[in-house]
Amino acid sequence: MLPRPAPVVTDDNEGFWIAASQRRFVAQRCNGCGQLHHPPRPMCPNCRSLDHEWVELSGRGALYSYALLHYPQHPAFTYPLVAAVVELEEGLRFVTNVVNIVPNDLAIGMALAVTFVEIDDEMALPVFEPRRES
Amino acid sequence: MSAEFADGTAIVGIGQTEYSKAAGRSETQLACESITSALADCGLLPGDVDGLVSYTVDPVEETELARAIGFREIKWSSRVPYGGGGSQGVVQHAAAAVASGAADVVVAYRAIKARSGRRFGRADARPQAGFNHAGTTAVQWCMPYGIFTPASWMALNVTRYMHDSGATSKDFGRAVVQFRDYAAANPNSHFYGRPITLEDHQASRWVAEPGIRLFDCCQETDGSAALVITHADRAADTLAHVRIAAVASAGLFEEEIATDHYTPNLAIMDSSAAVARSLFGGCGVTRDDIDVALIYDAFSPMLLMQLEGLGFCGFGEAKDFVADGQLGPDGQLPCNTNGGLIGEGYIHGLNLTLEAVRQLRGTAINQIAGARTALVSASRTATILQVD
Repeated sequence: MLPRPAPVVTDDNEGFWIAASQRRFVAQRCNGCGQLHHPPRPMCPNCRSLDHEWVELSGRGALYSYALLHYPQHPAFTYPLVAAVVELEEGLRFVTNVVNIVPNDLAIGMALAVTFVEIDDEMALPVFEPRRES
Repeated sequence: MSAEFADGTAIVGIGQTEYSKAAGRSETQLACESITSALADCGLLPGDVDGLVSYTVDPVEETELARAIGFREIKWSSRVPYGGGGSQGVVQHAAAAVASGAADVVVAYRAIKARSGRRFGRADARPQAGFNHAGTTAVQWCMPYGIFTPASWMALNVTRYMHDSGATSKDFGRAVVQFRDYAAANPNSHFYGRPITLEDHQASRWVAEPGIRLFDCCQETDGSAALVITHADRAADTLAHVRIAAVASAGLFEEEIATDHYTPNLAIMDSSAAVARSLFGGCGVTRDDIDVALIYDAFSPMLLMQLEGLGFCGFGEAKDFVADGQLGPDGQLPCNTNGGLIGEGYIHGLNLTLEAVRQLRGTAINQIAGARTALVSASRTATILQVD
């Protein structure tokens, strides 16, 4: 089975992917005004600060939207593949897959939690699964 | 800049190649053919052309066109981002060049081999930071998840739209049936002589469930389209005097192109609403004045979302507007009379502008009687064209 396409690591996003490889789910937080941003960017659009840090998120969110992808098919995935937009507890959006679910159980608004799938020995990818309330 | 700055400019010539599944020649040659056809249409010569505009993603170099067609001195050239969403932006750039005096005669063109070359709907795209200068970077956050194609990106917006509006796959299908009806009469279209029923639509396979079936998708096409834009008074002695009454563009904060997943409400097309505010704000044209609309239908759900964004319907009402037949030849808003991108083919939206010009000249296959005002909308860029 072919591996998933690896993320594109750039100067602007590498903090996210370094954390993901350590199985930490993070976002960029501006050190000027404290706003969180995703996807990452070099300057804060709120206060124009260039200073930011990567902070760990709760990993909890709700399903904002989804689609069951049938075509085209790529050998790294099984189909239908669940594509999803998650609204994170911190207010950010995150595009991802939902795993450990049968498609009939997908429902907008359902509670989700982050987990990771390995891409290779070094890289892991944050994905989401149904959250069991504790 | 207000949307009516372009008053005084006109589209005087249109040209195209055949639309096919395998052009068998270079994009540069396709562009040469459509541009010289557009110049012949208005009686201008290559030496008259001093401006060139295309899409950032177009593969044809300005220098190659000058070399092949024989342009002598290009004083203005520019490119528009946003992929097909920018397809009316080329009209805006060309009109701005003419209105400002930077150029006199501007050619806008698109040449594409979306069928025999790289297909948008295939999973062979490699992850990259941006997307061929399409004006988007969020693609990189989709690729590792197997979300490779425009259909799969936009399906995420569509499912939310269906959830919030109550629209169903059948509602999208009714628009497709109408476009295929128009296309069936258009010898230039992919689906000439091949109308479908709603049952056919519902039987077509899923691409991205629950919003996008195969028949909801535009037709990846090889071909080229071109426009000649100059001063309206220069066009006055030609047959076709199609004025650019208004043209507008809206690139909004946090908005992406096909991977537009970060604005507050994905069920609403904010850019369409912004463009409509510009277009209908000052030029004196109202929505009721629009005799025919050409609306970018890469996927049929985007058509319904634009009808609402542009203000032709309230939120959630486009499905009833479509079901009531308002897009048909006798409806309130005859729409995509060439068959649209779904029926005629996908020259990345520029073929819709050509159809608007034909409607206003009175030379369209599915001619709307007495059409004087046309709207062409490509979600974040749009234009209003008029004849006197």
